[in-house]
This record gives sequence, structure tokens and C-alpha cells, in this order.
Amino acid sequence: MVRRKGVNWWLTALLAACSLTVLVPLYFTVVTALKQPAELAGAGFDLPDDPQWGNFAEAWRLTNYPQAALNSALITVGAVLLTLLTNSLVAYAIARNLHSRVFRGLYFYFVSALFVPFPIIMLPVIKQTSALGLDNQLGLIFLYVVYGLAFNIFLYVGYIKSIPRSLEEAARTDGAGTWTVFWRVIFPLLAPMNATVGILTFLWAWNDFLLPLVVLSSPSARTLPLVQYVFQNQFSSDYTTAFASYLMALAPALLVYLFAQRWVISGVLRGAVK
Amino acid sequence: MTRTARAFYWMVIPALVLFAVFHTLPVLQGFYYSLTDSPGYGAHAFVGLRNYLNLLRDDRVLDAYVFTFQFAIVATVLTNAIALAIALGLNARIRLRTTLRGVFFIPNVLAILIVGYIFNYLFANALPAVAQALGITALSSNILVNPDLAWLGIVVVAVWQAVAFNVIIYLAGLQTIPGDVREAATVDGAGAWRQFRSIVFPLIAPFFTINMVLSLKNFLQVFDHIVALTNGGPGTATTSVSLLIYQGGLEGGEYAYQTANAVVYFLVIVAVSVFQLRVLQRREMSA
Repeated sequence: MVRRKGVNWWLTALLAACSLTVLVPLYFTVVTALKQPAELAGAGFDLPDDPQWGNFAEAWRLTNYPQAALNSALITVGAVLLTLLTNSLVAYAIARNLHSRVFRGLYFYFVSALFVPFPIIMLPVIKQTSALGLDNQLGLIFLYVVYGLAFNIFLYVGYIKSIPRSLEEAARTDGAGTWTVFWRVIFPLLAPMNATVGILTFLWAWNDFLLPLVVLSSPSARTLPLVQYVFQNQFSSDYTTAFASYLMALAPALLVYLFAQRWVISGVLRGAVK
Repeated sequence: MTRTARAFYWMVIPALVLFAVFHTLPVLQGFYYSLTDSPGYGAHAFVGLRNYLNLLRDDRVLDAYVFTFQFAIVATVLTNAIALAIALGLNARIRLRTTLRGVFFIPNVLAILIVGYIFNYLFANALPAVAQALGITALSSNILVNPDLAWLGIVVVAVWQAVAFNVIIYLAGLQTIPGDVREAATVDGAGAWRQFRSIVFPLIAPFFTINMVLSLKNFLQVFDHIVALTNGGPGTATTSVSLLIYQGGLEGGEYAYQTANAVVYFLVIVAVSVFQLRVLQRREMSA
């Protein structure tokens, strides 16, 4: 029996009011980025008198935005692609051999790294990456792929266990080897979990600050968040340029999210249920 | 060994080697350096447990732990209370559910450092102006330069950002509850609060456990928020353990000493997580 109840309008209004706590700071960022410095007096929630699009040009030039955006994009895309291709493979080998003590041990070895806080490895890793010439964009991609193993193996193994083995066995009787079985049969079936891992890796690599801060040595390798940090002193009194710069740094992820919202949220939801 | 078994080994060996070299080896190096007097470069001598003994006598370190725990506990409780409330709201019969859910998730796609800079300006300029207009003296000056209030600014930013992700986890939990369970309770005349306490909460308890453990673990490692808001100040009022290790170890020539601090910090995080898991899982059982 289903008792039909109407829409709870009070609750809808309450939640809409709560969502203002998210929207107001974003609104504030947009209007501040478009103001003249003289308009900043007072609370600053009013609209700009005459939108200063030049603030974006100024921030673009000052922070060398194309370079930083390209670095962030390169690192993020590289980290996501390599993570999907390698972490899923490792997880497959582990998930199909959990009856073996060696592979079960490997599983716990990777997953236990989730509890190691970054500061303990921070200083040795800095030395290691600079000694190996990995103190650049390539090194960061590499570290995201390796460190991501801890959590991604956990997600993938849970998912692969739910895939019936009969499909693989059918392919094997047709003469396919283990590698072919993975790429042709398993990897396509992992698509939903690949989406989840891809989204989480994207958000991590794109928004990360500490790892780029300590690993990157050349100014030309800086990512978008790192550039905001480096230019804090130059921004000091010029808040309109600073906010234009912040907005440009936040915009790519916001735009991607705007268009892929349902897909992003369902991807994260799937990760949560596992 | 069969061909299949050999293929499985080749799938994991490269990852195992790389993980060992870039994660496990640095952890072991960290343990080793914590027993030396290395400034981070050049020669160093073995000093046994001296760094660890000095940590216990260092007020800076003690203050950092007190601040970090105070911040992390308050932020964890607030984040979970707010996220659970929002998730329950989103799960009820409301309009615009997808849009609202989308809005509440936005903070999770933004870089914390940049969000911190934006809130830094809000706390310094917008909030005092609003407070003055409303006649609230406590907030009429920048809270980030007040040693007693600065930590609250960090809590606000941390909660603002973390709620987004936790709402999604709680929603995932609420969707596992079959609709007829709640309908049966409604028919039996259970009120909203009673339903939540006796039916909804016990069913989503595993999600509550995960969120509490992950939130506390993440907040104990707070770094980006503080760099953007106070850089550890005023004075050292908001210096977290991560920030202290970074500042002392990389900029202050205390490489070995702060590495010892990092080892202690690692053990503290593991101990807290294990303790929390035990307590919360026992509650799950009895609930």
C-alpha cells in the first residue's frame, strides 16, 4: 500500500535557503572579480557598476594563465588515463587470486597505505623525485598513479568480485590469454567503476596543492592552485585581479561539473556503496 | 606455474615495485631519519630516540596537537550533523531535488586553497561590514587576526567544503533503505524523530561510521585551509601538525626532528582511526 503524500514545500524552501551558503560565496567571487578597486568598500555584495572584463586580462597576463592551465590539464588528464589503465589491471589480478596468500597480502599492503599521512613521506619523496629528475609534471602524474593505488584497488577489487567468472572462462575456452581476457572482456565491463575512479582522480589531481608545492621545482611547471599561492604577495592589495584569477582557476572544474553533474554525482554515489 | 598464473604475477609486479620504491621506501627512510640529526642535506649522525624525547618537551609541538585535535573534532561533528540533515532533506518528498543535490555538491569540485583565499577576504572585509551594520560587535573585526577566534574561520571553510562529499555518502546510505520499511512505521504511527532514531539511523550506521572515520582522519591532516586563511597565525594559534612539519622540516632546518614528529603523527592517526572503528562498529551492533 502506498500512501500518496504531497510535496513538502516547507522543506524545499528550507533546503533552497541552505543552498545559499554554497551559492553566495560563488556569487561574491564573480562580482568581486568584475569590480574596480574603488568599489570594494562596504560589504561588497552589490553588483559591479561597470563590469571590468580587463581584470581577467590582467590576471591572465600576471599569472601566465595559459601555462598554468595547460600544466594542470596535462597532469590531470595524464593521471586519470594512466590510473584507469594500470590500477584496474593490478586490481583484476588481485581480485581473481584472493584465495592465494600472496595476492591477499598484496591487497592489504596496498590498502593499508590509506592510513599513512603524507607528511611522513613528504621529505624523503622530495629528495627522491629531485634525484631522479621527476620534480616536474611527469613526476606528478607518476606519483598520483602510484599513490592512487591504495584507494583505487579497494574500489576496483570490490567491483570485480561481483563480475561472474563465466564470461572469462568462455573467452578462455576460445583460446584467449589472460591479458586478452582483461582488455577485451573485463576492462569494458569495468566502465562504471572506471567512471568513479576517473572522477575521484580528476578532482584530486586538479585541486591538489601540497604535492605540487613540494615536488615541482621549475616555475614553468606550476599548476593553477600553486600559481594562486605563489602570486598571493603580488595580489596583496589588488583584490579585483586576485578574484579574477581565482575565478579563472576554479572555472574549468566548475564548467565540467555543470555539464556532467548527474554523471559525476552518480559516479561518486557508486563509489560510496562499494 | 601455469601461463595464467604467470600473467597474473606480471600484472602486479611492476605496481608492487613502484609502490615499494615511492611509498614504502620513503616511509622507512622517514623512520630512519627520525633517529638522526639530519638537517635535510649533507652529513648526519645517529642520535637514537633523542628527537622523540625532545618532542615531548616542545610546547610548539604540544600546542599543534591540541589545536589540530580541537579543530578536527569540532569540524567532524559539525560536518556530519549538517551533511546528515541535508541528506535527509534531499531524500524527502521535495521539489528540485536534482538541482539542489547538484548545488550542495559544488564545493567538492573546488580547490580548497582557492576557496580558502576567497573566504579569507570574506572574513576580513565582507563579514565585519555586515556585522557592523547589524550591530554584532563580536564579528565586527576580522576573526582571522584574533588568536581566540581564528580557528573558527578554519572550521567554517573546512565544514563548507567537506559537507558536499558527506551528503553524497549519506544519500547513498539512505537509498539502501527500502521504502516499505518506513511506510510500515508511518502506519504504526511512529513520528519523524522516532522513525529516524529507531529505523533510519540504525540502517545507515555503517555509512555514519565511514564518514566519521574518514572526516576525522582528513581533518587531522588539515593543511591547505590553514595556508590560505592564517598561515598558522596569529602567532602560532592555528599551526596544525601538518603545517608545523612542513614549516619546520622544509623551511626551518629541523628535517630529522620534524620527521620524528611525522612518525608520532602517523601512529596517532592510526590509533585514532582504529579506536573510532571499534567504538562505532560496536554501536552499529547494539543499535
